[in-house]
Amino acid sequence: MEPILFMLFGAIAVGGAIMVVTRKHPMASALYLILTLFSVAALFVLRQAHFLAAIQVIVYAGAIVVLFIFVIMLINVPENRLPVERATVMRLLGVIAAGLLILETALLARRFAMPAAPAADSGSVQAVGRALFTDYLLAFEITSVLLLAAVIGAITLAKKKI
Amino acid sequence: MAPIAIDAQALLQSTYSILPEILVVATALFVLFVDLILPEENKRVLCGVSIIGVALSLFAVFSMGPARISGFSGAVVHDGLGAFFEIVILSACALTLLMATGYSEWEGTHKGEFYSLLLLSTSGMMFMAKGTDLMTVFLGLETLSIPIYVLVGFHRNRMSSIEGALKYFLLGAFASGFLLYGIALIYAVSGTTKIPQLAAMLLDASLAGNPMFLAGAGLLLVGLAFKVSLVPFHMWTPDAYEGAPTLVTAFMSAAVKAAAFAALIRFLLLALPGMQPAMGKILWILAVLTMTVGNLSALRQDNVKRMLAYSSIAHAGYILVGMVSGDVLGGQASLFYLLVYAFMNIGAFGVVMLIAQKEDEGYDIGNFAGIGFRYPVLGALLTLFLVSLGGIPPTAGFIGKFYLFSAAVKNGYIGLAVIGVLNSAVSIYYYLRLVVYMYMMPAGAEAPAPRPPRVAFSLALCASAAVVLVLGILPRSVLEFAERSVLSLLM
Repeated sequence: MEPILFMLFGAIAVGGAIMVVTRKHPMASALYLILTLFSVAALFVLRQAHFLAAIQVIVYAGAIVVLFIFVIMLINVPENRLPVERATVMRLLGVIAAGLLILETALLARRFAMPAAPAADSGSVQAVGRALFTDYLLAFEITSVLLLAAVIGAITLAKKKI
Repeated sequence: MAPIAIDAQALLQSTYSILPEILVVATALFVLFVDLILPEENKRVLCGVSIIGVALSLFAVFSMGPARISGFSGAVVHDGLGAFFEIVILSACALTLLMATGYSEWEGTHKGEFYSLLLLSTSGMMFMAKGTDLMTVFLGLETLSIPIYVLVGFHRNRMSSIEGALKYFLLGAFASGFLLYGIALIYAVSGTTKIPQLAAMLLDASLAGNPMFLAGAGLLLVGLAFKVSLVPFHMWTPDAYEGAPTLVTAFMSAAVKAAAFAALIRFLLLALPGMQPAMGKILWILAVLTMTVGNLSALRQDNVKRMLAYSSIAHAGYILVGMVSGDVLGGQASLFYLLVYAFMNIGAFGVVMLIAQKEDEGYDIGNFAGIGFRYPVLGALLTLFLVSLGGIPPTAGFIGKFYLFSAAVKNGYIGLAVIGVLNSAVSIYYYLRLVVYMYMMPAGAEAPAPRPPRVAFSLALCASAAVVLVLGILPRSVLEFAERSVLSLLM
């Protein structure tokens, strides 16, 4: 059952991601992004990462994309004034390079056995919290410094008078 | 589950291992608080507070010594290599802050945010230099990058500043993606992100030659190559360096490069033997491309800031020459050159800052005509820094390049050394072109006088000049320190 579900949600995630970059209207892109994020959350569930899956839905699909949509609606560019994107040689080369990268990774992934599925409770809130405050304590603390820097930076750039 | 038993001893040791970083972050927070209560005309105090914080942190690094202190279950280690890079990064930060005493007055960057962002970025660099876990390296990289994006765009009313910041931000976010993808692939095949464990797995052949691991390492290299602006990942560099406030350009070119190279050296010296010959070839090509493209593009620039931006790309190539073989000799040469480069490049930017006066059009090479005889001290200082960047004796730049290229020759990369020396010869043309303008061109009719530097600014320039000269004549002690630092990594 698991491989089938993996294939299904993996395909939805990739298809959604392709739609995000190819849609003309930013609103359509944002909605497809939600689809991708949801199916990635499903993939997390398949790998026993339940906490991560919940966070993925709440924070990314819930909060961040909603912010995207707010901004798109506030700017509100009319349909006929959206920039026209042409297929240039560089873009074509970019698509080919991305395709090659995916192909290579896929071929390599088939040749090497992945680590076995993690234990059933390794993705619970308790286990993640425990890891976060023991082995990954420093990473946790640096992240707080990083977020502080981002907040100060955003205010510095956006505030009328500093 | 049972509650977590707290090992107070381990926690104390862990905290001690990141003492210099804690001091820098604490200073950044303190600056923000002081900024709130300080009246508008006394903002200069913030600069002083920041300098004191950096000095304390530098003192902590020296007093901790080169002894190996690991902390946070192997996420970070204070060793010789970490200490060396912390000294480079903190010196670059201190020089920048000393110059800020004058620069901030002219350009209106006397803001609490400016100093705290600078300090937060410095702390990220230090974490990156000491990180033995790829996760720490990644978080350090982000902590250093985000404040720098903002600092590049700090002049919110100048189009070039905003343009540079936006380009840097977009491409930087993309490069972070590469880095993360690389770390994910490496974790997928090895089940660990700890660099020493990865190196051990490479040596006992359980990971050596694994194509998936190589793909991950390649993507990791792309992410770091972006930050040190190796060709072909350098597209953002000229615009970001030109648009940023000159003080920030000086800081970026020296400190960001040092931090990213620190992570690269830590990873490559330990892991490269297990990835030869594939990785060595890639590094060889990157080094040659970076040196050549950087120098050839710098030849055609009439804007001094842009010229120095391309020259900094070329210098990343020279530094990479030392890493191609992944041995102690090359690593030592790279470390020495990074230290020298920080002082000579910030020094050069400092003098240029005084002469140019205005952002953007002030940096046209015509504005430097006749400076040499009218202002002999400034002219002499800039000439010294340019000569050192070009690699002419008796400056430290010459010694640095000499060790880089002789390490390459000793390891059998003779072609690489020849290309490096040829590039170095090309670079002398554009460095000396500026010297020719200063001494042999008549000054324009309404050429404005350079700004008079403040005492702290002069101190920074004198310190840089002293380092460039002293290390050019007596490099032994620092070279030995660099060697011990590299050896401490391999132990």
